[in-house]
Amino acid sequence: MKTIIFKTASTYLLPLLVLFSVFILLRGHYLPGGGFVGGLIASIAFVIHSFANGLEQTKSLIKFHPGFLMPIGLCIALLSGAAPLLVGQSFMTGLWFEDPLPVIGMVGSALFFDTGVYLVVIGVTLTIIFTISETL
Amino acid sequence: MIIAILSGFIAAALIPLLSKIIKGKGSILLPFLPLSLFVYFASYLPKIGKGEKLNFVYEWVPSFGINLSFHLDGLSMLFALLITGIGTLVFFYTYSYLKGHVYLDRFYGYLSMFMASMLGLVLSDNIITLFIFWELTSISSFFLIGFNNDDPKSRKSALLALSITGMGGLFLLAGMLLLGTAGGSYSFQELLANGSLIQEHASYGWIILLVFLGAFTKSAQFPFHFWLPGAMKAPTPVSTYLHSATMVKAGIYILARFTPLLGGTTEWNTTLIIVGAVTMVYAAIHSIFRMDMKSILAYSTISALGILVFLIGLGTEESLLAAGVFILVHALYKATLFLITGIVDHETSTRDVTVLGGLRKVMMPVAIAAGLAALSNAGAPPFFGFIGKDLIYEATLHFGDWAYLLTGAAILTNICLLFAGLLAGYKPFVGNLPAEFSKVHLPHPTMWVPPLILAALGLIFGLFPVLIEKNLIQPVFSSLTNNDTVIHLKLWHGFNVVLGLSMLTLTLGVLLYWKLKPSEALFGKTLKFELFSPQTIALLFGRLFSGFAKFWTGFFQNGYLRNYVITILGFLTILLGYRLYQGVNFYVDTAKLTELTIYEVIVVLIMIVSIIFTVFSRSRLVAVASLGVIGYSICLIFLFYSAPDLAMTQFSIDTLTVILFVLVIYNLPKYKTFSKRRIRVRDGILSLFFGTLIAILTLEVLAEPLNRETSIFYAESAYILAKGKNVVNVILVDFRGLDTIVEITVLVIAAIGVFSLLKLRLKSIEKE
Repeated sequence: MKTIIFKTASTYLLPLLVLFSVFILLRGHYLPGGGFVGGLIASIAFVIHSFANGLEQTKSLIKFHPGFLMPIGLCIALLSGAAPLLVGQSFMTGLWFEDPLPVIGMVGSALFFDTGVYLVVIGVTLTIIFTISETL
Repeated sequence: MIIAILSGFIAAALIPLLSKIIKGKGSILLPFLPLSLFVYFASYLPKIGKGEKLNFVYEWVPSFGINLSFHLDGLSMLFALLITGIGTLVFFYTYSYLKGHVYLDRFYGYLSMFMASMLGLVLSDNIITLFIFWELTSISSFFLIGFNNDDPKSRKSALLALSITGMGGLFLLAGMLLLGTAGGSYSFQELLANGSLIQEHASYGWIILLVFLGAFTKSAQFPFHFWLPGAMKAPTPVSTYLHSATMVKAGIYILARFTPLLGGTTEWNTTLIIVGAVTMVYAAIHSIFRMDMKSILAYSTISALGILVFLIGLGTEESLLAAGVFILVHALYKATLFLITGIVDHETSTRDVTVLGGLRKVMMPVAIAAGLAALSNAGAPPFFGFIGKDLIYEATLHFGDWAYLLTGAAILTNICLLFAGLLAGYKPFVGNLPAEFSKVHLPHPTMWVPPLILAALGLIFGLFPVLIEKNLIQPVFSSLTNNDTVIHLKLWHGFNVVLGLSMLTLTLGVLLYWKLKPSEALFGKTLKFELFSPQTIALLFGRLFSGFAKFWTGFFQNGYLRNYVITILGFLTILLGYRLYQGVNFYVDTAKLTELTIYEVIVVLIMIVSIIFTVFSRSRLVAVASLGVIGYSICLIFLFYSAPDLAMTQFSIDTLTVILFVLVIYNLPKYKTFSKRRIRVRDGILSLFFGTLIAILTLEVLAEPLNRETSIFYAESAYILAKGKNVVNVILVDFRGLDTIVEITVLVIAAIGVFSLLKLRLKSIEKE
């Protein structure tokens, strides 16, 4: 599947798709989207890249094993849930900043939570697919 | 009180941390734990003696009615003193017995754990915590029996003991739950208050059956007795502590404890009398043919337990008193004999009574202790055993129509027990000292003082029964019978039938001792009956069971994914089909349906075509691709019916699934052989059935009135409570955020699983 067109396209598709996935992640609270779908889209981006350029290329692009995203994501999700405990509220209470940030919009603990989900999904999907394609 | 009970567990947890100190000189400190507990419990003696009953309640799981409530009355007191008292001596004894053993720390840990569980068992008022402590004793006993874990025999015995007592434990749990339901409470005190209610309850028969099974397995009653001789593989302190003085009496404790509540009915009494009598006679006869000191004592212990069950079964005031006294009598002399066996084994490295002799010349204090214990066991005046045996005969003699038969059985048992006691406690110490034992010397005092103390108590209590009469035996009697008749223990009752029977027993026993010499030949003869013994039968059942398990597992867990799917689908189809056969309530309300649009028709047509492709294609890639098409069509349908979130997720998932499939299939060889037509037809029919049933089920769900309360709540509160407009996402990250955390954790676990499985296989290939 290493055609020139696919290869060239994938180089442009990767950043575009990853950007798109972040967009999906951020809009999730108000419009269709969210961490889960976003994570899946981002992993599709990397999988496409690996199809076109070979697994080694993609791996050297990412620099670290995608599996490391799993604990990071889990910790972010857990910490965002635990953050309200610091201000004396119960676990997983939604906390929000007063003013919306430019571009991103309203920021609250739910967004961090969703980011955690996003990272875990990327980590899980890429770990599984990379492991399988390496092994076979 | 709770600290007293749990201190053993705390000690057991701390011991590994202090293992260096304990393996050195420090282990001499450990016996002070049971000693202080003994003093603690003994300090309650005056209160108990006045007829008081003490309650200590700590809440644990109040919502299930499970409290850590402890109750100290006469019966608990007797057991608590036995556990801590004999525990102290055993702890001291172990100090020398296992001196320098690599796992001494471990041993003390298990022993403390056991002591704590046993204390919990006898003090629990709540019957559920009673069960928990009961199981803990089984588990700690498993570790203690298998302590010499490099010996396969010892491991096997430990497993046998655990499976028998563990099985009994399950029955007991069922019994306790039934009892709790029938009586409306899990507190023993409250149950006792409405005892008649339980005896008239429909499940009374089941309750006593289950309690019996629990008690009989634990207390080694016929036909479950065979684990006990095997359990003697354990180091001697364990045999002493668990298998003669305390743990095996847990079953007796349960029976005694429940006598006021469940006892007094014909079923209760008859069963106990029969089982107890069979056990005591059977085991007593067995004990006289053995040559190994430990085996002799093991069988005589089983027999003694039989006597106790028998006495509880008689159920008269006299017999319950006899049972209470005999528990103490037996614990005193049997523990002594076991400790002595340990000393003999430790010093001469043999326990064969046909070889041993003349040891009094080298270890006088041990011989004295052994002699005293053997005499107390024999029931010779003025020992405590004499009082015990008198009470037994009195109880059987006054038992109506069956008096002669029961007394006869008791006499026969006692003769054999007397013989066994002489064999283990008298024979090794008299006669000429064989040359090979001339170098044997007296062990460290921590080993010979404990049995001497116990044996001396057997004499002291016999001479001055008044010492324990009021403070200990009277409360035990009251808690067994639930009334306050004043009792008196006396050594001398005057010349009567009971005295005559006692003398008859003594004479016959001693005669038997002179006549019968145990030998290989005699022992060999008893082995012929092994073929019919409960042990052989139980092991046969065990083999059948594991054979069946192997077949069952092999049949269902065959490792083919397709077979698993067929089994699951087939089962579900049958289940659903049966349910639908029972009566379906489905109709399609055409009025409610929206109009069919051209897009929907096209999508459905695409799906049908792809299904045909998937099923009939000869290439895997085509099949997978058309499956993907079906997935995308479903996404479209989600979109039509306004579920964009679902559609997006389904879309990405489908893409990834197809990629995964392609990845895997790309590396597989082309189809070599197709499955047989017959099999394909079978699978097709099954799928058709399953699909149809699911469709019917879906329609039936539609026919149910819809409850929109939940969805309305989410839709309304999403923005107010969680500042989000996308309800699906708000539910995921906010309302049900905890679920999501768990879900992503599961995902991570799955990924780690895939990773480790595949990488592991890589390595094994590398090895080749």
